[in-house]
Amino acid sequence: MNVRQSSTALRPIESFPPIAPDVEPAPMVRFEAVSKTYPAHRGKPSVRALQDIDFGVPRGSITGVIGRSGAGKSSLVRLINGLEKPTAGRVFVDGRDISGLAGHQLRLAQRAIGMIFQHFNLLSSRTAAGNIALPLEIAGWSKSDIATRVSELLDLVDIADKRDRYPSELSGGQKQRIGIARALATGPSVLLSDEATSALDPQTTRSILDLLANINRELGVTIILITHEMSVVRQLAREVVVLDAGEIVERGHVADIFTHPRHAITQSFLTEVLGDAVPVSLSSRLQPQRKPGDQAVIRVLVRGVDGGDTLVSRLAREFAVDVALLSARIDEIGGQHVGSLTLGVPGDEARLTKVLSYLSQRQFSVERLGYVA
Amino acid sequence: MSLDLINLIVQATGESLFMVAVAALFGTLFGLPLGIFLATSRKGELFEAPAVNKILGVIVNATRSTPFIILVVAIIPFTRLIAGTSIGSGAAIVPLTIASAPFIARLVEGAIREVDSGLIETASSFGATPLQVVLKVLIPEALPGLVLALTLAVVSLLGYSAMVGAVGGGGLGDLGIRYGYQRFMPDMMLAVVVVLIALVQSVQTVGDYLARRVNRRLRNR
Repeated sequence: MNVRQSSTALRPIESFPPIAPDVEPAPMVRFEAVSKTYPAHRGKPSVRALQDIDFGVPRGSITGVIGRSGAGKSSLVRLINGLEKPTAGRVFVDGRDISGLAGHQLRLAQRAIGMIFQHFNLLSSRTAAGNIALPLEIAGWSKSDIATRVSELLDLVDIADKRDRYPSELSGGQKQRIGIARALATGPSVLLSDEATSALDPQTTRSILDLLANINRELGVTIILITHEMSVVRQLAREVVVLDAGEIVERGHVADIFTHPRHAITQSFLTEVLGDAVPVSLSSRLQPQRKPGDQAVIRVLVRGVDGGDTLVSRLAREFAVDVALLSARIDEIGGQHVGSLTLGVPGDEARLTKVLSYLSQRQFSVERLGYVA
Repeated sequence: MSLDLINLIVQATGESLFMVAVAALFGTLFGLPLGIFLATSRKGELFEAPAVNKILGVIVNATRSTPFIILVVAIIPFTRLIAGTSIGSGAAIVPLTIASAPFIARLVEGAIREVDSGLIETASSFGATPLQVVLKVLIPEALPGLVLALTLAVVSLLGYSAMVGAVGGGGLGDLGIRYGYQRFMPDMMLAVVVVLIALVQSVQTVGDYLARRVNRRLRNR
């Protein structure tokens, strides 16, 4: 299913403040020295879910929060939408300290935050239109206003033909579109996506991510993507926060973080999309010592350096050797080349040294894997 | 079987249906909110009140563990207070209600607990009040289960109603005991049993049908 391209259906939602391009706007969501500890319960020890979380989500951005399960992602979400209170620190949403609100004030603030879920969380007893109407009913909208708004939203997520279908009659992608429409119903300024594509196949994931990108572009809604999938962050986010064991281990622009990963966990996420394993058939033949006639096997990491894509032919020209391309994966993250090449370099040790210094002069990081016959 | 006897059966059926219908109505009136509260008042839940939950749980269990025939007799003063008399079909509604309300409450609690807690969290994250969660999420989502629970309650009430003959409540059970057993009329006993079977069968059929009708989780309805 294609994402609707016409912008007429994507009307800006009322009450969203325009983004002033020349001034640095206050972050849409801001964590200030936030920690969350769950107290000991029924013999289970207390759990420190989050520690010293301090970051801001820029207004109008798509920010990814990536981490393994147990990294504290769910706690992070529940602090933003006010379902839980931090043990220490404060959480601001749109300038308001949501961690300090309670009762009616909290509920009003929650209506300005939309949320979509991994398992969609649609009411099985309501049709698509009924599900989208739910937050509007909660907010006390009139029947006629709800009807108008629901039609708009059905168009927005391009699923108007399913208006009277029940969730059990819909596919995962269609259900998530309804989830998105429901989350946007009250015109929130923030959309929280909690593993929203983790239960979908790659093609559907793609179309849902396109829809989210569209919504961010057309409506200016700040999107926070909670995920354990690198591919989601890579496709959609401009900013990324890497969580591990309740702490932020890295954060910044997606391109910077993933071209120069500093933390092991970031590296492992990167490996997931790029794959840097040496083929088994090769690794079983690798020898640590060179025998005459062997060729050296090296791995070149391409991390945002220009020319990774033409490296093999340049080496061949520079050194007049037939460089063997044993395995390679080059991808684009945030407009930069990222990947790794495993190359076979024939010739003696002197030539290998020259090749290695040529590469390091051009900012490629190189690793010597061994030798094969 | 003579026309008189048939008339007796018709009248007794009417009494049974009257007692069961009214008792089911009042039982639901008390049992539904009680069951919803029991399902949502443990620690960390919507109407968190663990102490009240425990106390109500004990009361519900106590009522349910009292044999119905003993309950009927034991609460005669209370029945007189409510109904003005302790004899007759009208009066029998009091013990029937008191027996069915906690039963319905437990069934309702079970049905409500079946609702995915993610849905409660979803509605809460949209800023729903606890009452909105109950009315817009819990009851509609649990509806098929609730319908089946009420069906079961009505069937059980039909069984209970056979015992209120002990306090002059009338109804099919009473007829069966007085005519079928005490007057040695096996054909009367058989007729009563057949009518009861037919009643239970129809109640269950209607209940199953309604539960299926309100269940949107099934793809093919």
